[in-house]
Amino acid sequence: MRSDAATSPETRTRTSSLWRDGVRRLSRNRLAVSGGVVIVLLCLIAIFADLLAPLPYTKTNFGRLNEAPSRDFPLGTDQLGRDMFSRMIYGARVSMLVGLGAQVIVVLIGVPIGALSGYVGGRVDLFLTRFIDVMYAFPRLLFVILVMSMLGAGLTNIFIAIGLTGWVGIARQTRAQVLAIKEKEFVDGARALGAGFNRLLVRHVLPNALTPIVVAVTFGIPEAIFTEAALSFIGVGINPPTPSWGQMVGEGQQYIRSYWHLCVFPSIAIAITMLSFTFFGDGVRDALDPKLE
Amino acid sequence: MFHYALSRVLWLLPTLLAMALVTFLVMHATPGSPLDPVAEGANPLSPEAQKNLAAHYGLDRPLHEQFVIFVTKALQGDFGNSFVYKTRTVREIILDTFPISLLLGSMALALAVVGGLTLGILAAVYQNRTWDYLSVSLATIGVAVPNFVLAVFLIILFSFILPLFPTGGWDSPRNWVLPTVALALAPMGIIARFTRASMLEVIRADYTLTARAKGLGEVPVIFKHALKNAFIPVVTLLGPMFAAVGTGSFFVESIFRVPGMGRFFVLSMTGRDYPMIMAVVLTYGAFLALMNLVVDLLYGVLDPRIRY
Repeated sequence: MRSDAATSPETRTRTSSLWRDGVRRLSRNRLAVSGGVVIVLLCLIAIFADLLAPLPYTKTNFGRLNEAPSRDFPLGTDQLGRDMFSRMIYGARVSMLVGLGAQVIVVLIGVPIGALSGYVGGRVDLFLTRFIDVMYAFPRLLFVILVMSMLGAGLTNIFIAIGLTGWVGIARQTRAQVLAIKEKEFVDGARALGAGFNRLLVRHVLPNALTPIVVAVTFGIPEAIFTEAALSFIGVGINPPTPSWGQMVGEGQQYIRSYWHLCVFPSIAIAITMLSFTFFGDGVRDALDPKLE
Repeated sequence: MFHYALSRVLWLLPTLLAMALVTFLVMHATPGSPLDPVAEGANPLSPEAQKNLAAHYGLDRPLHEQFVIFVTKALQGDFGNSFVYKTRTVREIILDTFPISLLLGSMALALAVVGGLTLGILAAVYQNRTWDYLSVSLATIGVAVPNFVLAVFLIILFSFILPLFPTGGWDSPRNWVLPTVALALAPMGIIARFTRASMLEVIRADYTLTARAKGLGEVPVIFKHALKNAFIPVVTLLGPMFAAVGTGSFFVESIFRVPGMGRFFVLSMTGRDYPMIMAVVLTYGAFLALMNLVVDLLYGVLDPRIRY
């Protein structure tokens, strides 16, 4: 497929064309594009929640509790008479913030650890891989719930909990990539030309290990969103009154017999968000994997 | 083979010990204690009473001592009394609730394997046709959508719109259906995706062509020659699948009001029920490690090319 690699004079044009190639292939994938459009929309909703929501998410109306969808309240009202529609809009904010923000933390922890472990090798590697193995043996969600219930609910703690557990997968990926790439001839070449440790790792090894990391991150986003929703569902996630879809499902499902709208709308929002990220992630993976096609 | 199995069994103990240590450290490194008046269900006690309680439960001793005591007792099957359900021992609670979770989990896993294989085979055999699209969409929904959201949709569809099953409880097999399906959909989706991919590969392999060339019909080719080989990569999935079903059951059990261990897990954590937390984490951990071991050994049995 990329047999022209040998003839291309510069590595630089090759890497940029891999990405351009990827974008082109991604834009041809209809499911991925529609997933991407929904993601952009959700981000816009999250950013402009203040302008879009008709009422503040804390505005209670005790005269109109648990009302079914109507003209005044398009998605009904909750147990405290708050407008479900407005709360749903603000809920997008938490989901997007956790989804994207947590990945930044995960990458900042996981990539350096994985790269160091793979590149330095020896005792450092042995220690880190053992540690990663133990963390892997732990069911992830179980550990996150444990950390959250000990730290207490709240957005910052969610970032800490996801960051503490999520880096393991990315560190593993990075380590495997770095192990494979550091033996390649072009790394030897760069070393022979006098490149130092930092330059070798940052300029030569890491950029070539990037594709699987990007794919892992695109799948990490929905996983973080799921984690937040799950934590809030059982009551150790976001602190009320800040609305989170997971928390709304968790509270609403207790009244599902009498007031179906309390949990159905946030459920739909979670389902759409998760599906969009999955379609987009599948698209990114297929687009960046030159072995396919 | 025997050697490999033995070394894996011996590794179980240090793994569990490491898990116990991590859990123990997380519990004690974070602010708050079971005696804290702010903890859920706790009483605002006088300092003397708190001290007495701490002494009674051994919480006043140095941490390393506490951990050693816990491990020695746990090895004898004694996990102490629950802090929250004060009249019951942790052992009793686990013995009461774990079988229910195990039943739910096993049914879900069985459904996931049977359903996933069926969907995967259908998708591969009818590639790019209606069956393929149907099963791939079902698999994607199962994988992407959290099980508590699926549970809400299942209740709306099969309890309200079509009143076939109750919304919760655990008294009769009719109550078992919806929780099992809700829990099974995610692993079923993963198994279906993998089966489809590996079936597509195997269907094009030379030995499948040979089987066809010998004049075998479509059914024996698929079931005798293709499926056996396509099944091998799917078996590796079963390990992580146990974990997914185990942790997934917290949510499914709480929505469908199943009296299993999953509900106690969350309750014990928010209530800082130290003995209960340790016991629940270790029960899950031991179960998962054991299942991973079984899966790895099974893998060797299924694929004669693998040698340990």
